Amino acid sequence: MIEKAPLTFTVNDKPVAVEAPPTARLSAVLRDQLGLKGTKVGCDAGDCGACTVAIDGELACACLVPVASAAGCAVRTVEGLSGDTLSALQTSFLRHGAAQCGICTPGFLVAAARLLEENQHPDEAAVKDALGGVLCRCTGYRKIIAAVMDAGADSLDSLPSQGRVAGRRPDGWGADNEHPLRLASLDTSPSMGEENTSIGSPIPRLDGVPKVRGTDAFGADAFPSDSLAALIIRSPYWHADFAFGDLDNYIAANPGLVVLFTAADIPGINSFGVIPPFADQPALAEGFARFRGEAVAIVVGEREAIAGLDPADFPVSWQVRGHALSIAEGKSAPPLHASRPGNVMAEGKVRRGDADAALTASFVTATGRLETSYVEHAYIEPEAGAAWMEGDTLVIQACTQAPVMDRDDTARVLGLPTEKVRILPTATGGGFGSKLDLSLQPLIGLAALKTGRPVALAYTRSESMMSTTKRHPAEMQATIGADKDGRITGMVFDGDFNTGAYASWGPTVATRVPVHASGPYFTPNYHAAARGIHTNGPVSGAFRGFGVPQAAIMQETLYDELAGKLGIDRLAFRLKNALRNGEPTVCGHVMESGVGIADCLEALQPHWQRACADAEAYNRRPGHIRRGVGVASCWYGCGNTGIPNPSTMKLGITADGRLVLHQGAVDIGQGSNTVIPQICAEALGMPVSAFTLVGADTAVTPDAGKTSGSRQTYISGKAAQMSGRVLRETILRFANVSGDAEIALVGGALVIRDGAASRTIDLRTLPADADGFVFRADESYDPPTVPLDENGQGKPYAVYGWGAQIVELAVDTKLATLELIKITAAHDVGRAINPALAVGQVEGGIAQGIGMALMEEYVPGRTENLHDYLIPTIGDVPEIETILVEVPDPEGPFGAKGLGEHVLIPTAPAILNAIRDATGALVTKVPATPSRVLAAIRAKGSAS
Amino acid sequence: MVRYAKPRTVDEALGLLADGDWWILAGGTDFYPALGALPLKRDVLDINGLEELDHITATDQGVTFGARASWTRAVRADLPPAFDALKAAAREVGSIQIQNRATVAGNLCNASPAADGVPPLLALEAEVELRSAREARRLPLSEFVLGNRKTARRPDELVAAILVPRRAMDGRSAFVKLGARRYLVISIAMAAANVEISDDGAIAAARVAVGACTPVALRLSELEAALVGRRADTSLLEVLDDRHFAGLTPIDDVRGTSEYRHAAAREIVGRALLEAVGARGEGARAA
Repeated sequence: MIEKAPLTFTVNDKPVAVEAPPTARLSAVLRDQLGLKGTKVGCDAGDCGACTVAIDGELACACLVPVASAAGCAVRTVEGLSGDTLSALQTSFLRHGAAQCGICTPGFLVAAARLLEENQHPDEAAVKDALGGVLCRCTGYRKIIAAVMDAGADSLDSLPSQGRVAGRRPDGWGADNEHPLRLASLDTSPSMGEENTSIGSPIPRLDGVPKVRGTDAFGADAFPSDSLAALIIRSPYWHADFAFGDLDNYIAANPGLVVLFTAADIPGINSFGVIPPFADQPALAEGFARFRGEAVAIVVGEREAIAGLDPADFPVSWQVRGHALSIAEGKSAPPLHASRPGNVMAEGKVRRGDADAALTASFVTATGRLETSYVEHAYIEPEAGAAWMEGDTLVIQACTQAPVMDRDDTARVLGLPTEKVRILPTATGGGFGSKLDLSLQPLIGLAALKTGRPVALAYTRSESMMSTTKRHPAEMQATIGADKDGRITGMVFDGDFNTGAYASWGPTVATRVPVHASGPYFTPNYHAAARGIHTNGPVSGAFRGFGVPQAAIMQETLYDELAGKLGIDRLAFRLKNALRNGEPTVCGHVMESGVGIADCLEALQPHWQRACADAEAYNRRPGHIRRGVGVASCWYGCGNTGIPNPSTMKLGITADGRLVLHQGAVDIGQGSNTVIPQICAEALGMPVSAFTLVGADTAVTPDAGKTSGSRQTYISGKAAQMSGRVLRETILRFANVSGDAEIALVGGALVIRDGAASRTIDLRTLPADADGFVFRADESYDPPTVPLDENGQGKPYAVYGWGAQIVELAVDTKLATLELIKITAAHDVGRAINPALAVGQVEGGIAQGIGMALMEEYVPGRTENLHDYLIPTIGDVPEIETILVEVPDPEGPFGAKGLGEHVLIPTAPAILNAIRDATGALVTKVPATPSRVLAAIRAKGSAS
Repeated sequence: MVRYAKPRTVDEALGLLADGDWWILAGGTDFYPALGALPLKRDVLDINGLEELDHITATDQGVTFGARASWTRAVRADLPPAFDALKAAAREVGSIQIQNRATVAGNLCNASPAADGVPPLLALEAEVELRSAREARRLPLSEFVLGNRKTARRPDELVAAILVPRRAMDGRSAFVKLGARRYLVISIAMAAANVEISDDGAIAAARVAVGACTPVALRLSELEAALVGRRADTSLLEVLDDRHFAGLTPIDDVRGTSEYRHAAAREIVGRALLEAVGARGEGARAA
């Protein structure tokens, strides 16, 4: 510890005086002492730029600035960009959809404001250079670039919600400890305006204003001021027995520590997991750890005391065991879990027809093997939250994708009835699948339960990376055959997926992969198997696509090889085999309408011809820069696979004339806080501006399921549509008017117009129920699926989404570096409820696909930070042209289908196909780093 | 209690350094990532109060970079073309946020094999001025950085300045950085070239350095000698030979394989040379 010293400087033109250790990070002082939570902490290492501030006009990562260096300086933070009204830059961010989850937004805004001070009309290159130091994981950056370039435009009028959507927190110098319910509420003002907000309208996100103000409260932004802090002690070894030393003495020897807990203190069942039959992960390890980063103890104390701890001093001794990290090592290692011999956690199979016979009889076949790496979700917000007791109820306020699952699993670990645990989701700064699993919830919950005091914790970046889930590394092989007309005859696929030390979502990956590995093509004979193999590596779980992105690389690269052997244009070959209405999927599911893959491929045709011609023209000249074009498709079933997956939406009108939608579909940036009200509004016949939204507080909002499986627009949207319709019918029946009547809330009364007639209902005269509602609707929707049989036959999903992408790139064949030139994406969304948000999903998914294809490789123990683990920067995402295709689905709300995961699937295979088109070389392990691309080019050269 | 000192003069700082083991805090961009979430256990000498070290100054002897001169200061400084490689490297150090705070001297003191500043400064024949309460000494950069995270700085010494001698400032220079993404990237390999061209269009002198392919960035002296007298155009590539690169000992790591680095080093050296002589070819941008 360094002695505190008094320091003065200005923040956003206001003088401030603080007492802090001179080496304290400026970011920590801004957040913890000055309450300026808009400066986000994503890495504490200068790698993400989320904490970007301007000091005397020059940008800095506040996490790298000793507060002593701010003394006497003028600091500007995101809170200084707006006063009563938003700046033009902020409104441009809203208008363009440049903020999705919003965690990186303050950093981008501060950096962009600095750029605009000296260059009011920057071109794209200038914007990229100026913003290159800030990472975004949601948007794919294209909307951020557009927003900065357009910030000079005076377009407040085109922004329906500007300044009129209330935030979750009061702006500016935020108080530390607001009433938690408010944090979970998304109050929209009743005066939002009369603009068209119906489905199909690209309205700005309803929760966007606090995101661009920097006032949205994420997991680490709303800690109760009297919270205890916590430090989690984790295994530094892959696999090790451990024994604790004198724990009482440790507490006594460190003033300020209050208590510590080990597995022995867990009152319930020390085992959690997102799929109950597979629950196998202890909240705190018992006697031995199965992976590096596994929690073994939690130390609780006053904030400064915890900050002074070095985990290396904790009294625990380790006895290292042998470990397995690769799939091959896992297969031959002793079982990590006694009930899973061979470390096979789960296996999924789909079998249809006779694949082997079909391949034997095929005119051509293509066979390949491919390998993928661990991929880290790398949301810019590390896991964070606080827990406290309200009476005998444990309240956990944290970032999450799955509040009800969090509640149920935390209650199980802590031995509480589920109704005694209340989950208050904060704004979630990206999730992408990893925030579906429990992380800190049972640990801070245990500490709050046992101490009776609030306990708060934010993971460090390395802690987040080492302890939470990853995308499964895959080792896949497949053979696909076609007849002489170019029709697919059959396919075999076999994949091993490294599921790490615990099950997490591994069973889902093992199930989804064989269901989808055919791609969206009619494949009459098919045999696919996928296994999850335990190792001592990081736990692999859910990550945007559940293994399907890996499998698509295998299948789509083989399709290019087949097209080549057959001499058929690669897009034409895919179109020829595209699944059509009335044709069975590999699971035997026949859809009579809504199959949109051919429509997507057809939409790409002119782009494909143009792109191929451009590349061909370029390649006519000599040189070591070679251009290539690739295409790949996707299909993806929305929601759980052949098992129940309901959502419920609660909607009502209160006696004081408020229209309240309990919208429990957690918005992790993808837009459910906007899309679901749009659907509900359309069904009800009232504008979005009439709604007050209440978020996914488990105490007051019904379960809308997890934000996963591309299910919220479809399933929760359908429940919202049904609730809207039922409420409308209830009101119309009460008023005894026709179905054409218009409903409006005017001055606290319900006004119903039916033709020339008008009727006003004074809501205060009606009896209100316990929720305060005088009219209400609580509708649930569960997709009509049929469980898969032992051959994987059934109706695993009620709705699928479809898509295809073209990648154009240039390869420097000497350095094996790539320049992405353009990506054209056609995605069938059934009905674009909010086209702007849909395009945002496409661009963000493509950026993650680029990362998976070219740079993202999590090496356990080696890349536990954001400078060794690389995700795309603003300079790595090319122009993206999105074509939203609308082939209505008979089941989805207003025809809508899911989109969130689909968008990532085609990108990586299209990139690999484009590299092969440019160089003749197929890279067989992703990421296709320069080393791997050069090795592939050289191998191809020596082979030919 | 851990000690913290923020002296106002270099002499005061040297007095402190003479007494104890201090962790020197300058731009903070390596300090805080190294600290991570751990508590501070070492005494910290914060040199951000030493105004006398925050400068870039041209003199008859050459150009002096005070120890606190940031990368941004280097980019903005009015310097001759021999410094273009250093400026190009400066623009590739982390991000603007990093460049504004990180110091050129700190990049040398951190002694990463992938330090962006070392190859261009080697190509400028830079020297490092070390001062202690007892003495001041100057070391050629190649004798200052001794290995991965290892320098010749003694615990009682402060790097006060980096000096580029006048004799190394006549050439034209270029820098090529190879990374796996566009911004915020640690080099897979990098090359800096500094070439002096005589009036007849021949190369009079060349200095070439490669980074991230050895524990300390390396001058390619055999190649430099072979270039002298060659025409300063694309034909200079004919000089490049495997033996010029024999001193590189790249490792396999998460950023690239040894084999790749070998191949890439040769390629980017050629590109840096071409750019330095103004004969930039196709695809000079490495990543």
